[in-house]
Amino acid sequence: MNLTSLTIGRARDGLRRKAFKARELAEAYIKAMAAARPLNAYLVETPDRALEAAAQTDARLQKGEALPLDGVPVAVKDLFCTEGVETTAASKILGGFVPPYESTVTANLWRNGALMLGKTNLDEFAMGSATITGARGPTENPWRRRGDNRPLVPGGSSGGSAAAVAARAALAATGTDTGGSIRQPASFCGIVGLKPTYGRCSRWGIIAFASSLDQAGPMTRDVRDAAIMLQAMAGHDPRDSTSAPVPVPDFEKAVGQSIKGLRIGIPKEYRLDGMPKEIEVLWQRGIDWIKAAGATPVEISLKLTRYALATYYIIAPAEASSNLARYDGVRFGLRVPGETLDAMYENTRGQGFGAEVRRRVLIGTYVLSAGYYDAYYLKAQKIRTLIARDFAEAYRNCDAILTPTAPSAAFAIGEKMDDPIAMYLNDVFTVPVNLAGLPGISVPAGLSQDGLPLGLQVIGKAFDEETVLRVAAVLEDAAKFDATPALATGLA
Amino acid sequence: MSGLIKGRTGEWEVVIGLEVHAQVISRAKLFSGAATDFGAEPNTQVSFVDAAFPGMLPVINRFCVEQAVKTGLGLDAEIHLSSVFDRKNYFYADLPAGYQISQFSRPVVGKGKIVLDLSDGTTREIGITRVHLEQDAGKSLHDQHPTKTYVDLNRAGVALMEIVSEPDLRTAKEAGAYLRKLRAILRYLGTCDANMEEGNLRCDCNVSVRKPGGKLGTRCEIKNVNSVRFVMQAIEHEARRQIEVIEDGGAVKQETRLFDSGKGVTRSMRTKEESHDYRYFPDPDLLPLTFDADWVEGLKTSLPELPDVKKARFMRDYKLSAYDAGLLVAERENAEYFEAVAKGRDPKLASNWVTVELFGALNKLGKGIADSPIDPKNLGELIDLIADSTLSGRLAKDVFAEMITSGKRARVIVDEKGLRQVTDTGAIEAAIDMVLAKEPAKVAEYRAGKEKLLAFFVGQVMKATQGKANPALVNELLKKKLAG
Repeated sequence: MNLTSLTIGRARDGLRRKAFKARELAEAYIKAMAAARPLNAYLVETPDRALEAAAQTDARLQKGEALPLDGVPVAVKDLFCTEGVETTAASKILGGFVPPYESTVTANLWRNGALMLGKTNLDEFAMGSATITGARGPTENPWRRRGDNRPLVPGGSSGGSAAAVAARAALAATGTDTGGSIRQPASFCGIVGLKPTYGRCSRWGIIAFASSLDQAGPMTRDVRDAAIMLQAMAGHDPRDSTSAPVPVPDFEKAVGQSIKGLRIGIPKEYRLDGMPKEIEVLWQRGIDWIKAAGATPVEISLKLTRYALATYYIIAPAEASSNLARYDGVRFGLRVPGETLDAMYENTRGQGFGAEVRRRVLIGTYVLSAGYYDAYYLKAQKIRTLIARDFAEAYRNCDAILTPTAPSAAFAIGEKMDDPIAMYLNDVFTVPVNLAGLPGISVPAGLSQDGLPLGLQVIGKAFDEETVLRVAAVLEDAAKFDATPALATGLA
Repeated sequence: MSGLIKGRTGEWEVVIGLEVHAQVISRAKLFSGAATDFGAEPNTQVSFVDAAFPGMLPVINRFCVEQAVKTGLGLDAEIHLSSVFDRKNYFYADLPAGYQISQFSRPVVGKGKIVLDLSDGTTREIGITRVHLEQDAGKSLHDQHPTKTYVDLNRAGVALMEIVSEPDLRTAKEAGAYLRKLRAILRYLGTCDANMEEGNLRCDCNVSVRKPGGKLGTRCEIKNVNSVRFVMQAIEHEARRQIEVIEDGGAVKQETRLFDSGKGVTRSMRTKEESHDYRYFPDPDLLPLTFDADWVEGLKTSLPELPDVKKARFMRDYKLSAYDAGLLVAERENAEYFEAVAKGRDPKLASNWVTVELFGALNKLGKGIADSPIDPKNLGELIDLIADSTLSGRLAKDVFAEMITSGKRARVIVDEKGLRQVTDTGAIEAAIDMVLAKEPAKVAEYRAGKEKLLAFFVGQVMKATQGKANPALVNELLKKKLAG
């Protein structure tokens, strides 16, 4: 049996049936992780830690005291602070930073028995849609276009996590999603990525990009696994004032429940001019699948969608410009000395931040400046409120919304690199969801003409991840997506 | 009162507004659980939140909010049931996050007022614009090393209330009275120690001048003045400087200035062009601060009696003058001391002993009421000894002086020194007889009509009894004997 081909659900059963040991599962993944090094998915590998945790799992299994995620090898996006393990957000400015604390979400995972394989690559400070802006180079997508060996991007910013899960070099991974950073790479890599409702998972210990948009979520092989992971990750945290004091339902129970009678919104504004035909075809197929499952597609209008990207690219940089001010060379991370305090700041930040981060800090500083605040930031906040209202309106007439995840399949490393606007367009379908604080999932639904995975997105009402998971599981069943990437090192 | 300043071209009116930063009394910081004790070793009271480590998030300290609301109630101000924390962005080595969490557009407390008691016994109302909560920064130490700056983050994140006045103040003296009154209110409320020397009350002064009743002039802000006396000096100097600039044909530049307490002058720190653009925006890590009216109402009923109300009560119930009542209520401890002394005694006498004798003695010793060598019980005992004629007023003062130096009880001193007033008519009569026998000539003069001499005889009798004789009795008996 190839242990790395199992889902969490099956691995859990196997461990409890004692078909294999947690140590064996961990070893298989450690091997796969090493084989996947050419992808540059991991920034840090922590095999010793994984084996140690696996031994504890085996001891618990022996006593019949298994925890919900016992023995599940997980890759952690390097935006989550992990105690005693270097955490850099793929930035030079945090080179060598070893947090003396553990993020709430990862602590929740370890408390539920999961074990850490390592830390995965991302766009620097999660700013990007291709995992190319990090200080330690791009991550490669394990998929290849049919008959074309050029390396492709895995999407981003959680591209290292997506690539690791797709390559079977991690059973599951954590991601964060500010404008699509879980869902878009999930779509590009043919896996499931779930962005929960804002406030569902604690942000404590996650390096902030844009505080009002950032949300942690799972990246997994299937929808059930996403539910299992989210179950462990979620929950109110008094250390995060924006974490919601609401109960965490049994997410796994939602998977497999019928969607008969549900009304699924199809937003007409999401039919973009110039969108590839295959994306439209995929979307239509999705609509047919949910119809066949007894749900009713209804046309809805999200008329402010066309302003979402512009709004996002004001609010997110504004918050980022402030959130990243703490990287000043004074207390931790990189310090490049200078003659004066200001010179030290300029040297440290100039050399410590990459081009994309500097660009966004500049944009953010600009839109918050005296004289521009009203025209940019304040107006963006107003539109954000209206976008949320758009969704609220739509939900009076439907239970969930179905859209494509991204307007294209994965592109090659080097493409779109010199055009930030083209890059930003990757997030056109995902960004509105963050602005409204809603849950969204990307499910692999088919292959492009080039043989690359394409995802469909299901958007839910706030704190209704259950309906999102129900609909996603139906799409997954219908799509029967079983293609594997060319470089699935875990399967080699 | 006329607060106008005479210049070469006539009189000028000074317009002053104060921004006071008051450190909230709280064991923990505004957004972290770190301690706030004054004088701890550098960087020993710093959490990862205070040091702005990656991924750390602020969580509001409810107690600090309660303190701010109490302060608002004490200033008779509107309490905003919903307010917002904003980020004030700027770079400095002792500002770990690169922003200060403050309240910009929606502060927790709105318009209120402070009533000043002026020295002529009148009062004047000064408007409070707002009170908001914000974090303090750390401290940069530039004098520890020839080329390096050290940073102490103990203070970083400590809760401050910024209390902003309307530009209602017109003289340096009024500004001083305002600060003293504000300090009293904060101390009564227990929301700030208001100790300017320890830096838990700091003051920025906005000063401009104009022709009386004319258009407002350009203002300068004098930053971080750290005593009431310096505030008054700084304002006085700054007003005269501005008048001079204008009268010399120049214009006042809007700028931030520093007060040099050594030289008693203000000097330019930065001009408006150099001023920061703080890029305020709502802190996305924090939800709006909301509470319900019932909670505020509950705090209101739990407030202590504040200086103005106490003063009115002292005037009404104890029949004290406005001046004495004002003096007694200026500090909560003084008022409590007075009430303990006055209980069951003549309030006027108690007030005199506290405000004249005790305050005078403490002032000489440089001590506060908390360190008084005489506690209220003992001062009361002294007053009782006067009331029951054991001591004359003069003797009582001697006993009081002894109490201050030795800390002994009044009764003990009276017994030890035999200072008991003589009310035994036999003993007094004997002394009178002796004096009259020694001064037959003066007795004759008196009897011939020179009644002024009575005072002389009283003095001689008192002297003969070492001042212990009851003066009223001496008077009465002398008259009788001289009438012969």
